[in-house]
Amino acid sequence: MKTVRSMVLVSHDEKSKASSSQEVIDAFNQAIKDFGLVDEVAVATIPEIGTIRTLPLVVIYPEASIYAPVRPEDVPFLVEEHLYKGREVPALKVKDPDTMRKAAWLTQRKGSLPAESRIVLRNVGKIDPESIDEFFAYEGGQAFATALQMTPELVVQVIKESGLRGRGGAGFPAGIKWDAVRKAPGKKKYVICNADESEPGTFKDRVIMEGDPFSILEAMLIAAYAVGADEGYIYIRGEYQLALERVQKAIQQAREYGVLGKNIFGSGFDFDIHIHAGAGAYICGEETALLESIEGGRGEPRVKPPYPTTHGLWGKPTLINNVETFANIPPIILNGSDWFRSYGTPSSPGTKVYTILGNVNNKGLIEVPMGITLREVINIYGKGLKQGQFKFAQTGGSSGSIIPASLQDTPMDFDSYSKMGVSLGSGALLICDDSNCIVDAVRVLTRFFQVECCGKCVPCRVGTDQTWKILTEISEGRGKMEDIAHLEWLCSGMEGLSNCGLGQTAGTPIRNMLDHFRAELDAHIKLGVCPTGICPMK
Amino acid sequence: MEENKTTPAPTPEVLQREISLILEDFKKDRENLIPILHRVAERFGYISSQALYEITAQTSIPVAEVFSVATFYRMLPTQERGRHVILFCESLPCHVVGGRELFHALQSELQLEPGQTSPDNRWTLLTTSCLGVCDFGPVISIDGNIHGNLTPESLPEVLSKYQ
Repeated sequence: MKTVRSMVLVSHDEKSKASSSQEVIDAFNQAIKDFGLVDEVAVATIPEIGTIRTLPLVVIYPEASIYAPVRPEDVPFLVEEHLYKGREVPALKVKDPDTMRKAAWLTQRKGSLPAESRIVLRNVGKIDPESIDEFFAYEGGQAFATALQMTPELVVQVIKESGLRGRGGAGFPAGIKWDAVRKAPGKKKYVICNADESEPGTFKDRVIMEGDPFSILEAMLIAAYAVGADEGYIYIRGEYQLALERVQKAIQQAREYGVLGKNIFGSGFDFDIHIHAGAGAYICGEETALLESIEGGRGEPRVKPPYPTTHGLWGKPTLINNVETFANIPPIILNGSDWFRSYGTPSSPGTKVYTILGNVNNKGLIEVPMGITLREVINIYGKGLKQGQFKFAQTGGSSGSIIPASLQDTPMDFDSYSKMGVSLGSGALLICDDSNCIVDAVRVLTRFFQVECCGKCVPCRVGTDQTWKILTEISEGRGKMEDIAHLEWLCSGMEGLSNCGLGQTAGTPIRNMLDHFRAELDAHIKLGVCPTGICPMK
Repeated sequence: MEENKTTPAPTPEVLQREISLILEDFKKDRENLIPILHRVAERFGYISSQALYEITAQTSIPVAEVFSVATFYRMLPTQERGRHVILFCESLPCHVVGGRELFHALQSELQLEPGQTSPDNRWTLLTTSCLGVCDFGPVISIDGNIHGNLTPESLPEVLSKYQ
């Protein structure tokens, strides 16, 4: 990837186009060429900027200076002063207070680009994932060596102080889990890496395992040392063939180098890791269902408490963390908790890996500090929508929430989102434009739960099936007004009575629809019309 | 890709011999049940009820338990399938980028409902939850090979590769 010194973002929505933003872009390209800055400065567009009056608007990173309105004839001077001589142009900076407030989201990110900060993905794409030598060449193993110099208590303390929260979806503080397992009575303990990533739209763990499997092994070693475990499992989703092969090879090489096995580095510490391949069941990502599956049974969640921290695999204390959570551990041990806290927000430190999907121009994986906003994700990283207006986003796979456009300026971290009654989930951001129908989307999400419900407890088994049937009826034009009360009743039943997270969150999309898209639902039922024309409405 | 999965049903002797060969690689306890079932499904294309009984006979894991585990997991088929198995991803990320239209095209091309096998035994059509390759959606998997960014127009060419 080309690295540039500065980046110019020009607003290029319909209103900006009317105020000659295309000419501004052309002028920038020309002026950058004239000053010989082509290799140092990149120009990009912001396809949707919200309700800002002074347009076109220009942001120059890394300073994140906002200029507006910019006319084509201003551009040569702006390039000369700001980009060539390196000083801002106060006369052209935005003055309208309303614009300054509304464009504040653009200035949150400072850096050479409105940039990614890679902690979890630090080695992905950089090292050969099948060569442990390359891993060692990129500081691999140093975190484990550092941890061995510390007491296990101190390792747990560092993780606690870092404020790292579990990246599997629930956001439970990792340090507290580690501490609980360390203090749990018993000699035999296990460390498990949950790599049964099956949330729709989420594939961050696959990329981490395929790109940097050794870091996961290193993190598990550190965890095992900290909690006093001598055996570990990686539970990898059966569909992830390449990830399975890469992790298998990584374990093999680590054993050959004596990094796994008995008396590692002569420290008297033993640890070995087994792989368990999943067999195609979403529910096995639930930690107790995962334990059942490793033990060779049906992947049905256990009743909690007791929690796995005291009664886990074969009844022994067990530490279970997600792949992304583990991938954060080595950098924290190496650089300390203060360094980690310099990323993200105080309550959710660090970065988050998101998968950007749906109707955007640029799909893919990004790692950014916690607390960025959806608007930023869509416009900067997603490079805007392919067509139409932003309607809603769906976070964190099926157990995430549906975020209406009105919440697109809310910082994405665990606490800000829960204040708004939505959840961050596992890091998928499915961006949907206004050609999508909310009833259709919620029906598809509910179908997922209906298929993936393990069938153990009644509220979930019956609730997911009933809600799916009702939504199908509504989408086919046979909805009744009393269906809405019935849906609400089923949702509260599932939320309150289900045994595990699947049932407890299965009603979330329906609730979000009732809260934010009631008019569209009513149109289906009362008028027999699907406003977007997606539903069959027979 | 070319392998023919539907061999005639194995005789009891073949089943017994093959399963005992597979079991040589495992400790015969419940912990290994899922890996054992994986291997049996790989060998025969699916896990027949005779195979379930044979596993019980050779491992002394109760047949009810073997059956309940085998039927729980999507990747352990207990029904016979066609030569090529199509998994269509029906999750939302594929659905909103053209999966909706692709499914109609797939169904009218194959003339199959989800779960059905074509009369000539060429195709079995199954729907699945997210396959984790959403950035290439809409996605189908044929015999484990992922085909992404599909459209109703590009579908026939992909299907024609599997005879």
